[in-house]
Amino acid sequence: MYSYSEFDAGFVAERNRQFRAQVERRVAGHLTEEEFKPLRLMNGLYLQLHAYMLRVAIPYGTLNSRQMRQLAMIAERWDKGYGHFTTRQNIQFNWPKLPDVPDMLDALAEVEMHAIQTSGNTIRNVTADHFAGAAADEVADPRPVAELLRQWSTDHPEFQFLPRKFKIAVTGAENDRAVIRAHDIGLQIVERDGEIGYRVIVGGGLGRTPMIGKVLSDFVPQADLLPYVEAVVSVWNLLGRRDNKYKSRIKITVHEHGIEEIKARVEERFALIRPTFSGIDTVLFEEIKAAFAPSAFREASTAVYETAYKTDPIFRAWADTNLAEHRAPGHAIVQVSLKAHGATPGDATAEQMRVLADLAERYGHDELRISHEQNVILPHVHKSDLPGIHATLKKHGLATANIGLISDIIACPGMDYCALATARSIPIAQQIAERFDELKLEHEIGGMKIKISGCINACGHHHVGHIGILGLDRAGVENYQITLGGDHTQEAAIGERTGPGFSAEEIIPAVERLVYAYLDLREGPEETFLAAYRRVGMAPFKAALYEKKEAYAAE
Amino acid sequence: MAKPFTPKVVTANALIEGDVVYLTEGDRWTRDLTLAELIEDEAIADERLLFASAQTETVVGVYLAEAIPGESGPEPTHFREDFRRTGPSNYFHGKQAELHDV
Repeated sequence: MYSYSEFDAGFVAERNRQFRAQVERRVAGHLTEEEFKPLRLMNGLYLQLHAYMLRVAIPYGTLNSRQMRQLAMIAERWDKGYGHFTTRQNIQFNWPKLPDVPDMLDALAEVEMHAIQTSGNTIRNVTADHFAGAAADEVADPRPVAELLRQWSTDHPEFQFLPRKFKIAVTGAENDRAVIRAHDIGLQIVERDGEIGYRVIVGGGLGRTPMIGKVLSDFVPQADLLPYVEAVVSVWNLLGRRDNKYKSRIKITVHEHGIEEIKARVEERFALIRPTFSGIDTVLFEEIKAAFAPSAFREASTAVYETAYKTDPIFRAWADTNLAEHRAPGHAIVQVSLKAHGATPGDATAEQMRVLADLAERYGHDELRISHEQNVILPHVHKSDLPGIHATLKKHGLATANIGLISDIIACPGMDYCALATARSIPIAQQIAERFDELKLEHEIGGMKIKISGCINACGHHHVGHIGILGLDRAGVENYQITLGGDHTQEAAIGERTGPGFSAEEIIPAVERLVYAYLDLREGPEETFLAAYRRVGMAPFKAALYEKKEAYAAE
Repeated sequence: MAKPFTPKVVTANALIEGDVVYLTEGDRWTRDLTLAELIEDEAIADERLLFASAQTETVVGVYLAEAIPGESGPEPTHFREDFRRTGPSNYFHGKQAELHDV
């Protein structure tokens, strides 16, 4: 993993010192809220519905055990004993008090973490495939380039007052687990004639106007990447609309000007700035890459795993659902579900964080990942350690075998916490998970992505859910709109609205009707909900939702 | 024709703790909506809003929230204000767990 240089540590310490003084001046009344607000937002501090919220970046979703333990300590000491992992690989603390925040930031700095640029009109936390460095289908580990981009974008003088926020995601594999087509810039590492380069996708985004990103370049060589990305952000910085915040994101700029014009402008800008990149960035990149060099994977017997798999049905169900293929023989990627049925998606208690840190240290090369799907990953585990890991997870409510199933729901904090929300998300996610657990149907249903947002800003990625749910305020009542057929992968698609929304009481039965309709019409268990939807279209699902309420009721 | 004025309370978040507070008749801030001043006159509401907004060293984000008279004091009319006076629905945290005056 990358370790802070003296420069990084000095920069974070200086920012923390500045913010401590700013908080003191605010509390003493020397700064107005108007003056203070942009300063606190630059340091990730929001004021939410019931309290302040501190959003901490987890760069490219990677943590070591020491960092995870520090997050646990922060949760216990200054919050209410838990943290919330988000779709952008951040952790949010929901209950800090203003005078405590400088101490929280100092505690983060001790483990090389910070909250800088987790808010405001800047380049945000660079996210990456949570299987980075471990996935069997990977061309290269996306984290070195994500780290390079993090260093380049942090406090970049040209990009501190962008038209709006700017999000970059990177994947090293063709199978996109980082939702790169729904980011302002999505990067895919590709190989051409033995050379590593990047496919650059631009103008994706969810929110009020969802758009799938468009390919700006099929291949940018490694040495040109930073100037190329800088050219993109630079072009948008000048061209992007500042007159209307709903039209300010790069997706609208690309939409209004067309990808060809943007491409021409980027190339012109690139030609201008390319000579100013002396090559120090490529030297730096090589250094960063060395820091991410994989540790040696051990060769050992997997007999213990195979025996447990044969003899313990609970372990088997967990292994079948929560493991993914690792590139090294005898190894697996462990996905730890933070979606126990009825729990808040993405929440982990301090105790759970410590358990995960211990497991990573003992069995997992000291590495943890946070996925955009709000789960935790142990990326490098030898299969012989899996029964022991599973037994420990089970004791701490972390062994739910539901990765990729209907109860593995993405949900934004919604109106339980968020000041922008128009309805709640968390209780809907809790109820769906509990309902399908009660019906004992989720394994039969198979792969299913339900994604819930509590407002049009779409932090819960509802547009790319197989079933998307959007919570709105309709005449003073919570109302939930359904979209179908969204896809967050390399075949990215925006879901289509089914029709009128449902009340909080009606939404769970409505989802149930959709699922029963799917089970009725699928060609077999191998045809997923999304595949079935693509084959038959909206009509049968619409009928199940609006016309056949009785047929599916009370089953 | 302008819409008739409906009753309001003055609400904000406390600067230090960040939690929800309401203005009382006695010019204090309370964490309990039932103890808030229910304002039934538009001119008074404007004046109370100005008074509260000036207290930048105590509170943040002052606004007038709709409320109606209830048995033991003002009650919210919208679910957002109902959540603000109660706390989140996933944990027993926030106001539902801890109620005391500023």
